[in-house]
Amino acid sequence: MNIVVLVKQVPDTATERKLTSDDKTLDRAASDGVINELDEYAIEEGLLLKEKHGGEVTILTMGPEQATDSIRKALSMGADKAVHVSDEALHGSDALQSAYALSRALGRIEFDLVVLGSESTDARTGVMGAALAEYLGVPQLTLADKVDVDGQAIKVQRLTDYGYDVVEAELPAVVSVVEKINEPRYPSFKLIMQAKKKPVEKLTIADAEIDAARVGLANATTETVDVAPAPPRAAGTIVKDEGEGGVKIAEFLAEKKFV
Amino acid sequence: MRVERALPTREASDLLDLVQTLVNREIAPRAAVDEERAAFPRDLFTRLGRAGLLGLPYPADYGGGGQPYEVYLQVVEELARGWLAVGLGVSVHTLACFPLAGYGAPDLREALLGDLIGGELLGAYCLSEADSGSDAAAMATTATPVDGGYLVNGTKAWTTHGGVADFYTLFARTGGSGPGARGISCLHVPASTEGVSAAPPERKMGMASSPTASVRFDAARVDGTALIGERNRGFGIALAALDSGRLGIAACAVGVAQAAMDIAVDYARERRQFDRPISEFQGVGFLLADMATQVEAARELYLAAARRRDLGQPFGARAAMAKLFASDTAMRVTTDAVQVLGGAGYTRDHPAERLMREAKALQIVEGTNQIQRMVINRHLDDRG
Ligand SMILES: Cc1cc2nc3c(=O)[nH]c(=O)nc-3n(C[C@H](O)[C@H](O)[C@H](O)COP(=O)(O)OP(=O)(O)OC[C@H]3O[C@@H](n4cnc5c(N)ncnc54)[C@H](O)[C@@H]3O)c2cc1C
Ligand SMILES: Cc1cc2nc3c(=O)[nH]c(=O)nc-3n(C[C@H](O)[C@H](O)[C@H](O)COP(=O)(O)OP(=O)(O)OC[C@H]3O[C@@H](n4cnc5c(N)ncnc54)[C@H](O)[C@@H]3O)c2cc1C
Repeated sequence: MNIVVLVKQVPDTATERKLTSDDKTLDRAASDGVINELDEYAIEEGLLLKEKHGGEVTILTMGPEQATDSIRKALSMGADKAVHVSDEALHGSDALQSAYALSRALGRIEFDLVVLGSESTDARTGVMGAALAEYLGVPQLTLADKVDVDGQAIKVQRLTDYGYDVVEAELPAVVSVVEKINEPRYPSFKLIMQAKKKPVEKLTIADAEIDAARVGLANATTETVDVAPAPPRAAGTIVKDEGEGGVKIAEFLAEKKFV
Repeated sequence: MRVERALPTREASDLLDLVQTLVNREIAPRAAVDEERAAFPRDLFTRLGRAGLLGLPYPADYGGGGQPYEVYLQVVEELARGWLAVGLGVSVHTLACFPLAGYGAPDLREALLGDLIGGELLGAYCLSEADSGSDAAAMATTATPVDGGYLVNGTKAWTTHGGVADFYTLFARTGGSGPGARGISCLHVPASTEGVSAAPPERKMGMASSPTASVRFDAARVDGTALIGERNRGFGIALAALDSGRLGIAACAVGVAQAAMDIAVDYARERRQFDRPISEFQGVGFLLADMATQVEAARELYLAAARRRDLGQPFGARAAMAKLFASDTAMRVTTDAVQVLGGAGYTRDHPAERLMREAKALQIVEGTNQIQRMVINRHLDDRG
């Protein structure tokens, strides 16, 4: 089974993230890039499926040159090879354009399954799985916390607010995962050494036959009009327990529609 | 101040990234609680073994990492920054593998080295005895040659990993023309050997999670093949092992000092007195500046010695200097860190006092800092 895992490099959530003032896109040079956390779970799931069913795990990343660090990390977790789409023309692409571009790159790779995180920590649109499946014309199985493959059939347990749904489809398909699904492994030094020799294919938009008129900030379907830092948290409400603390907390939660 | 490392290769920086992740997620968060309970984190060593971190400076042919000391030591430093018991443990394990890797007969190397440096076995180094510490050559433990092997009798003191190790790299008298350095041999003794037992760990002022125990050899029989290097020539191996081991101790010391400095700097920026952060008082700010300078100097000193070693140049005197300077630095910086934290620093709710207790061990192990000065003094007229 050939599995493609999508890996996005995002700014480290532990450091301060900045937007560039001129075009309101993320200042990727300002902070250390790391693998989007949920993508580590996607890689782990890809590796587990490969260990069970054979085949290869290919990493697909779209991002600037420095994303090679994250690609190497993904390879040193055990993935077999990688495809890196990198082109100035992609800068500022929005979610739809990104999905289009990634679908073009996927068109060049033979795959049975695409695995990705259900959300990135920087843009957080959470639409990539769905948009990609549309572009590829294959089923989407989102928010998976368990994946089973049996021949050409795939079954996932889909996490919902009230429990989970069981969703089935035929391969090829796109699966987005949540963090409950597994425990990502650490690289080992042996794999780090091997990662050096694993093939990483670099693609420009011309190589991937991505239409330049359909990507990039100038052609984006959405526009970021304004940005502002998140407001500091307002002071909380303190409930003093004078015998009816429980009631007061329940009322507060009901008012906020938590219960 | 953030640690800036100049690493020689891309795989070395990926390796340090991996170690940093392991330290921040798996190692450092456990240190305080496990030290309080005196729990030895065997599982972490298993994990490090699986990640390929227990044989970094040894040849890749045998399952090691094939890394220069310059890189291996920075890994040890990072581990010690998270938890000295782990950093020191890796350094001692590496020390215990040194004789076999450098002097072992090809057959013995073939049979054992893979498991020692590429697997999950943990080693210990048995040199000191109750009556021979600084004067290690005065040891009394014997390994009497008998038909096809040796019979070991005696008690080794202060053994790091005593009772939890899978094998002991032992120095004992095999006869020859002792007393003194001649007549001592190096032997590989599996912990499962009949007649080998460990006393309960010493009750130390720090590093409770790194068991230090006496190991007793009571007519313990090992095969003739257990001999590492030439018979009666083992003391030279012990000293060579310590030359390299001291670099590991220096790296551990820098890790501990860095950890203490990080805590002090963070605290000084947040803690306010007289309406401003205490870091803005020159008396505190200069203390922090001195810490940073000493830590940086200690790191560069061990790296300079390591690079000489990697180039095949004499490095023993510089290793002794690095061990001396780095462990004194760790002692000073951890003591000052407690000072910066004020009353809070003196409590067990903050890690500064623990680091101060841990630092003290580094001025004693693998040759006290007085012995380091002896070594340096001996080399004043040669290339070191
Ligand atoms: C601060 C900020 C604000 C933005 N605002 C908008 C906006 O308002 N509207 C808009 O349309 N776009 C916006 N974008 C653009 C956004 O970065 C891209 O659309 C992004 O590439 C895809 O969306 P996502 O990260 O939200 O995907 P998600 O759907 O949240 O991510 C799911 C998964 O998709 C995969 N994936 C996503 N991107 C890549 C990639 N480049 N390479 C490989 N795998 C990938 C990963 O596996 C990831 O876990 C914004 C970006 C930033 C940084
Ligand atoms: C935590 C810990 C772990 C250890 N792990 C190991 C281990 O794994 N394996 C192992 O073999 N040993 C180990 N040791 C033992 C350690 O190496 C010895 O404690 C050390 O070498 C000093 O020996 P000693 O304790 O007998 O002190 P002594 O030799 O009795 O020294 C007492 C004092 O006299 C000073 N002194 C002695 N001789 C001289 C001299 N010629 N000139 C000036 N001053 C001198 C010393 O510096 C010291 O201050 C460990 C010790 C500790 C504390």
